[in-house]
Amino acid sequence: MKVLKTMIKKSFLGLSTPRLEYEKLLTNQPKPLEILPQKNAMFFLDYPFEKNITQYLKEGDPVKTGQKLSFKNGRYLISSVTGTVASIASHAGNFNHLYTAVSVAINQNENKDTQFSKLSDSPSIDTVKDYLLSVPGKLPESLFTDKAKSFDTIIVCAADSDLLITTNQYILKNNTHAVKNGIDILKEITSINNIIIIAPKFLQEEASATGAKVKCLDLTYPSALPHMIMKDVLNRIVPAQKTCEDMGVCFISAEAVASIGNAFENNQIPVTKLLNVVKKDKSNVLVSARIGTPIDTIFKSVDIKLNEKDRIIIGGPMKGCSVYSDNHPVLSDTDAIIIQDSASVSLVSDNPCTNCGECIRICPVNVPVNMLVRFLEAGLYVEACEQYDLFSCIECGLCSYVCISKIPILQYITLAKHELGRMERNESDAAEEING
Amino acid sequence: MVNEKKLIVSHAPFWHNGSSLFEKNCNIMIAALPAVLFGFTQYGIHAVGCVSICISTAIIWELLFNLISKQQISVGDCDAAVIGLLFSMLIPATTPWWAAVTGTFVAIIIGKQIYGGIGSNPFNPVLIGLAILMISWKDLFDFNEALLNYDLGFTMVYPLAALKHFGISSIESFSVGSFIAGKQIGAIGSTFGIGIIVGGIYLILRGIIRWEISVSFLAGIFITAFLFNLSDSAIYAGPLFHIFTGYTLIGAFFLATEDSSSPVNFLPMLIYGAGCGIMTVLIRNVGAYVDGVVFAILLMNLANPLIDKIRPRAMGKVN
Repeated sequence: MKVLKTMIKKSFLGLSTPRLEYEKLLTNQPKPLEILPQKNAMFFLDYPFEKNITQYLKEGDPVKTGQKLSFKNGRYLISSVTGTVASIASHAGNFNHLYTAVSVAINQNENKDTQFSKLSDSPSIDTVKDYLLSVPGKLPESLFTDKAKSFDTIIVCAADSDLLITTNQYILKNNTHAVKNGIDILKEITSINNIIIIAPKFLQEEASATGAKVKCLDLTYPSALPHMIMKDVLNRIVPAQKTCEDMGVCFISAEAVASIGNAFENNQIPVTKLLNVVKKDKSNVLVSARIGTPIDTIFKSVDIKLNEKDRIIIGGPMKGCSVYSDNHPVLSDTDAIIIQDSASVSLVSDNPCTNCGECIRICPVNVPVNMLVRFLEAGLYVEACEQYDLFSCIECGLCSYVCISKIPILQYITLAKHELGRMERNESDAAEEING
Repeated sequence: MVNEKKLIVSHAPFWHNGSSLFEKNCNIMIAALPAVLFGFTQYGIHAVGCVSICISTAIIWELLFNLISKQQISVGDCDAAVIGLLFSMLIPATTPWWAAVTGTFVAIIIGKQIYGGIGSNPFNPVLIGLAILMISWKDLFDFNEALLNYDLGFTMVYPLAALKHFGISSIESFSVGSFIAGKQIGAIGSTFGIGIIVGGIYLILRGIIRWEISVSFLAGIFITAFLFNLSDSAIYAGPLFHIFTGYTLIGAFFLATEDSSSPVNFLPMLIYGAGCGIMTVLIRNVGAYVDGVVFAILLMNLANPLIDKIRPRAMGKVN
């Protein structure tokens, strides 16, 4: 446990732009606090719920730990606990992104599923695709489909992309062997030889031991965001409206790679996620919990008392997302859970932009934020995109962090991107209809 | 679900560096204090009255506008107070109350609120108010006449007016040292050189104003005045004279740096500041007005949106 050192207030002398440092793994980091499953667990399938979404699974069915729960179109979830299915329902996330939520009532007599162990002797791309996509750390689906042919590089990220998070650093430091195994398996099954591991300087030794090419990062936010890694490490600029994957580069977290390694070594699908829990007093605890563990179970285990009007953040303070309920489960990519006391929640305001230029000076990709936000506030998304580089934004959130008017700039930006995406989809749907 | 606690939900990021408009404006007022207090010691109760009237009416105008236009009350961010204070620093201590009230009305309503309030004004509101007064009641800004009844123990002649009307020989009795120490007549808050510079440096160090604008403004004045002086030193005063007289210093640190009407990118800030400086000296040396700062800055405000288009290429920009 340690108290947060990162300075989050503006310093007295404000001439230089603030530097937000990534959290560095402690040299004597204690072992993660293990949180055991209790009453129930919940899993989110990234697909909207519909009536006949699964013919294999219904309420009341028993499930085993590590069992694959199959849904329509080859989609699946891995149960991290033993118990019975309590409900299958719809769940709406940010921007009304729809999920199917499967709730499992836990039976304390754990029973492990053996289906995967029969296949795990010889790793193949299909085994990974069919069983391991939702392992802790989450694997990018595209790497194991036809699209993978266009990839020439895999980046294994052992540098955590948001502040306060040390999970991937911990995995690299303490699970070097599993990361190495994972990288070897990835090399073998994808036949992509250019695998680069990105790590903070102090983990260089561990990173070299994995056998991948090592590149080190400095610990200033946002250096570990994919677009910045592309620019600083690979010297490749991702054009606006393109993704890193379009450039042939696939990003995987070190934890996901270690999960692959562990899966084939132990003949079991890993189901335990490592995550940082940041308490109200800003102390940071590393915990390990089953995927699907509700947040309230975690809070109970680390003595966090939730009050009315507190804020729960899934992920880091810059790029995470806040949730409505402490029933929300740990997902395969939940690297951190932060709780902020209602008194220390920073609120946004409806002040207009005063053109102070702080955002311009801090933006890592030179987006003219001061102009952009004026267009976004007026809902002029197309103009914002064409004239003011909306799609160059890498969504690091630094502009909102320094905004003296406390404008929710990043929210405007994500909303604009979301709306433009929706307009485009609507247009192409309409065009399809016309063309029959 | 009924017993669940209600949580605050919002979009990322969840941290803020804690800066606020209120804090910023308070800092500007703190930085202006040395110059204002010096004005009080020079011009006494008249100056106190002027400053009080300007600040209070500026706040009242903004409040009235908020109420009439049914907007959220915005006087709490202290922007109106800053406009009132800076305005009062630019007028002579003997300015009649009606002129001060009219000035703040123009500054707040016409200079700022009708464009949509803070952040939307294309021109510096203080200078809009001042320019309208200067054009409407020219005599108010004849500092020699306005301060006729004062004797502060130094040459009671407005240096820029002396230069304009009586040529270079009339300013020989002035020294740069006396200007810095505030031994010159002028507006309430614009004569105390060292006080304004200290305030300006404070604002720069706190990151509240952009040093690029102040520095290039002063450099623009220096270089232009130096070139004039070089061409004919019998007609044109030297660069230091121009830097320490009139509204130059307060313009460089408090007026040209107004956020909404100045550029934010590096090169544009330099161009804008230098442009203000060059225009100031041109107006002083060639134009009709005694002091050029007001119109120089307003002119560059006009050019600001265009200049600020010079900006670094965004990463990944596709043509």
